[in-house]
Amino acid sequence: MARYDSLVIGGGPAGLSAALYLARFGLTVAIVEKLAHGGLMLLTDDIENYPGFPKGIKGYELSDALSAHLEPYPIDRIRGEITALHAETSPKRVRVDDEWIEADSIVVASGVVYRNLGVPGEEKFIGKGISYCALCDGNFFRGQPVAVVGGGNTALEESLYLARLVSDVHLVHRRDSFRGAPVYQERVKKTENIHVEYDSVITALHGETGLEGVTVRNVKTGEEHYLAVNGLFVFIGFLPAGGYLPPELNRDANGFIVTDCEMRTNIPGVFAAGDIRSKACRQVATAVGDGVTAANSAYLYLGH
Amino acid sequence: MAHAVTDATFDAEVTQASQPVLVDFWAPWCGPCRALTPVVDELAEEFKGQVSIVKMNVDENPVTPGKFSIRAIPTLILFKDGKVVEQVTGAISKAHLKDLLNQKALG
Repeated sequence: MARYDSLVIGGGPAGLSAALYLARFGLTVAIVEKLAHGGLMLLTDDIENYPGFPKGIKGYELSDALSAHLEPYPIDRIRGEITALHAETSPKRVRVDDEWIEADSIVVASGVVYRNLGVPGEEKFIGKGISYCALCDGNFFRGQPVAVVGGGNTALEESLYLARLVSDVHLVHRRDSFRGAPVYQERVKKTENIHVEYDSVITALHGETGLEGVTVRNVKTGEEHYLAVNGLFVFIGFLPAGGYLPPELNRDANGFIVTDCEMRTNIPGVFAAGDIRSKACRQVATAVGDGVTAANSAYLYLGH
Repeated sequence: MAHAVTDATFDAEVTQASQPVLVDFWAPWCGPCRALTPVVDELAEEFKGQVSIVKMNVDENPVTPGKFSIRAIPTLILFKDGKVVEQVTGAISKAHLKDLLNQKALG
């Protein structure tokens, strides 16, 4: 059975940064990721706010650059999914697909997944009108009307991206104002083909083989109307991707991992970093910082 | 590596193929497609001789994606005897895709 000083779970910016620092500390490190390295950065078109890139950088470019930064170091990159984690044994044991790995410390950085809309029929229309990635699927709706659900940064950014491709963006938001950054709110207001429907939720999906329309209900007046759209893009937040985590690990009410400011969880030798951690600011920059801090804490924990 | 098929070669290499074919519809600017690429490439090697695993760039090939009503990428379609037997959208794990191939392509 392979054994490492430290095992990093997740290949997004938090996990990659943690692995880099752990390797530079001279520790034996493996990083487990089920897909390619990059995490949610791979779903982002332009990253405008990562310091040091005044012109912005494409999500996939920053993913490739971070991943390439690990290449000179002897880091084992394992492609697979975590199916079990025993954190309170010594060493700790993690099962990747059906193979066990041992590690003396663990950095949990498996991030988040998109929250589903929760409207009946959603599953049936995924890939047939419903999408969680404007960058991927926007092009298939060129010149057609689409709806976007959400009111945070992602919903606003993606609406702006889609407005350049589609005929009309109907932005449906359940509250009377947006949570997203003022810079995006301003741009949304100035974009003529984005039509905002405040205080509104989507209650039904319609279509035979693909999505043809949605029912929108105003939560204040109760009034409902039909919106003919071929595409529906859902950006209503994230859930922690931690189905494998043991029950003894402290989580907040939404399932995010609780740590101290040194990224230590309640279980000695288990650290958490990035979007899966309970915190207010989820950005590439904060994920990188979390990853580095977690690596440092793991290094200290291992008796250095 | 999964090799590339085009609108021109699609019928010969996919719908008229003698063995099951998995087609990965992708584009170079699509993050989840890039995320899925190493999984598809590895499985192309592992299933060599049993399932043909190929990719189609939807930017360069406008006809075939329309024919199969593709509105999202990455989309994976499994063909057996020229017919669609399974369609999955989004980046899925290697274990999940392997199970799917074992059950639907070889089962």
